[in-house]
Amino acid sequence: MPGSDATSCGILRVVAGAEQTEIGTGVQGMSDVRTGVYVCHCGSNIAEKVDCARVREFASELKNVVVARDYQYMCSEPGQELIRQDVEKNGINRVVVASCSPRMHEPTFRKTLETAGLNGYLLEMANIREHCSWVTTDREAATEKAAALVAGAVARVAFHEPLEERFADLKQRLLVVGGGIAGIEAALKVAAGGYQVTLVEKEPSIGGNMARLDKTFPTLDCSACILTPKMVAVAQSENVTLYTYAEVEKVEGYVGNFQVTIRQKARSVDTSKCTGCGVCYGKCPTRVPSEFDAGLGTRKAIYVPFPQAVPNKPVIDREHCLQFTKGKCGVCARFCPTGAIDYEQGDQLITEEFGAIIIATGYETWDPAAAPQWGYGRYDNVLTAMQLERLVNAAGPTKGKIQLQDGSTPEAVAILHCIGSRDENYHRYCSRFCCMSSLKLAHLAREKTGAEVYNFYIDLRAFGKGYEEFYNRVQEEGVHFIRGKGAEVIRKDGRLAVRAEDTLLGRYREVPVDMVVLNTAAVPRRDSEKVGQVFGIQPSPDGFFLEAHVKLEPLKTATDGIYIAGCCQGPKDIPDSVAQGAGAASEVLSLFAAGKVKISPVVATVDSQLCSGCRVCLPLCPYSAISYDEVNRTAYVNEATCKGCGTCVASCPSGALSVRHFTDEEIIAQIKEVLAV
Amino acid sequence: MMAAFEPKIVGILCNWCSYAGADLAGISRTKYPANIRIIRVMCSGRVDPTFVLQAFAEGADGVLVSGCHPGDCHYQEGNYKTYARAEILEQLLEQMGIEKGRFRLTWVSANEGEIFASLVSEMVEEVRALGPFRPTRERFAELQATIGREVAPAAGAGGEGND
Ligand code: FES
Repeated sequence: MPGSDATSCGILRVVAGAEQTEIGTGVQGMSDVRTGVYVCHCGSNIAEKVDCARVREFASELKNVVVARDYQYMCSEPGQELIRQDVEKNGINRVVVASCSPRMHEPTFRKTLETAGLNGYLLEMANIREHCSWVTTDREAATEKAAALVAGAVARVAFHEPLEERFADLKQRLLVVGGGIAGIEAALKVAAGGYQVTLVEKEPSIGGNMARLDKTFPTLDCSACILTPKMVAVAQSENVTLYTYAEVEKVEGYVGNFQVTIRQKARSVDTSKCTGCGVCYGKCPTRVPSEFDAGLGTRKAIYVPFPQAVPNKPVIDREHCLQFTKGKCGVCARFCPTGAIDYEQGDQLITEEFGAIIIATGYETWDPAAAPQWGYGRYDNVLTAMQLERLVNAAGPTKGKIQLQDGSTPEAVAILHCIGSRDENYHRYCSRFCCMSSLKLAHLAREKTGAEVYNFYIDLRAFGKGYEEFYNRVQEEGVHFIRGKGAEVIRKDGRLAVRAEDTLLGRYREVPVDMVVLNTAAVPRRDSEKVGQVFGIQPSPDGFFLEAHVKLEPLKTATDGIYIAGCCQGPKDIPDSVAQGAGAASEVLSLFAAGKVKISPVVATVDSQLCSGCRVCLPLCPYSAISYDEVNRTAYVNEATCKGCGTCVASCPSGALSVRHFTDEEIIAQIKEVLAV
Repeated sequence: MMAAFEPKIVGILCNWCSYAGADLAGISRTKYPANIRIIRVMCSGRVDPTFVLQAFAEGADGVLVSGCHPGDCHYQEGNYKTYARAEILEQLLEQMGIEKGRFRLTWVSANEGEIFASLVSEMVEEVRALGPFRPTRERFAELQATIGREVAPAAGAGGEGND
C-alpha cells in the first residue's frame, strides 16, 4: 500500500508532533500501546468493494499494531471472541474495528472490550462500510480509502484513555406530548406501571384524529366506542396529570432530567368551578365553523369540541368571542351557574421536571385546495375524506346522513385515493392508511345511501390483518374499482364527473357522480418544525420526525430520553399507532425501572496550569457547565451538566480546555494519518 | 504533473447530523468520489480552526467542515460558533493565499444523504480543478506560525505527495 510509512504524510511532516502530544494527555508511556486491528468483511457488504486482506496487511505495519485480522462478521460472537482472545493472549490494550458506522456498533464493541477486561473507551472504529464500501464504485479507490481510515483510527486510538461511565439520578416522571391514540396509549401504559405521567395536548380535548373518525377498518368498530374509554381512563388515572389547551414551550436538560416549560393557554373558564353543564355554549350567540367537523358544521365561540371531550370543560375562542372582539356580550358569564367564566384569565407557565419525553403529535391531512384540478373549494359536493367521515358520524353536522349540499342523497359517489400522496408534485410517500380508509368509506357510503360508489386507485394496499378480507367484502358489496388515479374533477350537466385513465381497460374514462371524496395525504402538522426545534429532534425528508434507526430503533430519536410514537413519525393506521404508543411506553418503563441514567464520560476538562482565567469559555457553553473559580482564578467544568460537545475547547485561547475522547492530539493524529495514505 | 490528480479532502463532521447524513448516503448506496476522509467530532463547534490549518499542513487539498443546520445543533448552538469562527478562518485562509474552494463549511442533516454525496462530488471537482495544494515557502511559514507547531517540509515538498 502506498504511503504506509506513517511518518511520511504527503507534503509536510510534523516533526515535533510527538512531543507536543504528550502534554496534558495523561497517557504515560505511549510505547505500551498495543493495538489490535480487526477488518470486518460484513459478508460482502464491505468485502465486495474493499480488499480486506490488503487492508489487514497494511494495518499490521502501522505503529503500535501488534495484531491485525480480517473476519467475515466482526459483530458475530466468534468475531467478538477474536478480540477477547487477543486481549488475553497477545496483550492488546487498544482496539480498532474497521467495519460499519460507530453509530451502529460502537456500543457492541465497547461491551466486547469490557467483557475482555478492557475499558470500553479504548476502542476506535473505522467506518469502512457506510463511508467507504457502500459509497464507492472503484474497488482500488475503496481499498485505499479504507486503509486511510484505518490508519487514522490506529493513530487516534493510541491516545484513548480508559473512561468511567457515571450514573445520574433520574426523575421517574414522563411527559407525553399529544393526546391522540398513540399518546393516550403511552400515557396509560406508563401510568399503569406506577409512574407519574403528564400529558400535554394542544387542543381543548384529547382524542386526536381518531376521535373524529366514524368507524374503523377492517372491523367497523365505532371509533369513539373504542377510544372514549381510554380517554376517560386518562382523566381518571391518579397517575396522569392532564393539560389540555396547552403547549410545550421550552425543554432543557437531558435524559433523566428534563426541565420543561408548559404554556397553559387561557381557557377563560375556571375548570375548578366548571361542572361541564353546557349552559354557556347553549346560550353563546356566536357561531364559528367547527374544526372538529372539518369545517362542515359550526360550534360556538365558547365550546367543547365534541360531546365526549376530555376534559368536558369548555374554552373560549378569543378570536371569535364578542366579549373579546367587541368588548361586550358576557352572555356565558351571566348564565354560568357556578361563576366559572373568567375573561381575565391569562396564560400560565408551568415548569416541571421529567425523566423522559414521548412525542406523539400526530398528523394532519393535506388541504386539496392547493390543487385546483380536483375541484375542492371550487365545486359543491367535493369533500375530503375527513369531511365524509364527519357526515357519516351520527354525532356529526348532518346527524349521520350522507347528503349533498342541497340536502338530497347522492346516487353516485366517487372516492379518489392517493390525492397528494405518491405524487411527485406533492408528496412522494404513500400515506399508508388511505387505501383502507377509502374502502371503509366506500362501504359506509354504499350501506347508508345505496349509491353507486367508484373507487379510483393507483394500487390497492391492503397490508394488515384482515385487510385483504375487507377489500374482498367491499368488492362483493358492489363497489366499483377503477384502476387509475382520479386526474381531474369537472362539472358537467349539473353534476360532477371524474376523469381518469383506466389502466386495466387501457382507456380514458369519465364517470359522472354527485359527490367526490378526496382521500388526501397525511402530512406533518404545520407546526412540526417548531415542535422539532423545541425538543431538538429532526425531521425525515418527508417532514415527519426522524427515528434513531428506521428498523431497529423506530421509537427513539437522536436525543436520549426523547421518544416518538404514532403518526408524527410517519403515516400509520390505528393498530400501528397503538403499538408504537405501547412500544414507546416500554422504552420509558425500562428506563425508569433502571432508576439511573448513564452519563457519558466524554466531557470537557480544564488544565488549571494552563488556564489564564480569561473566561472566554463561560458564555459559550449552552449548558452553563463552566464556572469561574474566584479563588484559583481558573475555569472549571461541572461534569454532570457538560455534554461534551467541545465548543468551549475549540475557543480556548490558552489551550487549557480539552474534551475527553476528542482531544486535540487525537483529532490531529487522525487528520495526519488519514492523509498519509 | 500526474495524469489524474486525486485530491485529498478531510471532512470533519458532527456526530448528530452530518456524520449521520454521510451514514445515510452509505445506507442508500449513493455513490461519491473516494477522495474524502471523514473524521467524527461530537459537534461542529468542536472544530478548532487550527484543525483546518493542520489538515492543509499535513497535505490535504481541501477541508470540509459540516454540522447540523442552524437551529438543529444537538447542543443547541455549537454550529453558530462554528459559523462565526469560519468567517474569520476564511479571511485568514485568503490572506495566506489558500484558494476559497479548498475550504467549505456546510450544514447537512441526518436525512440529507444525497445532498452530502453531491456536496462531496462537487467539492472534489472544485478542488481537482484548483490542483494540488502546494504551499510556497512563505505561506508555509505562516501556516507554521499559526498552528504554533514546528512544521518542516518533508523531502520533496512541493511535490505531488506520495499517492
Ligand atoms: S451537533 Fe451538529 S453542529 Fe452541533
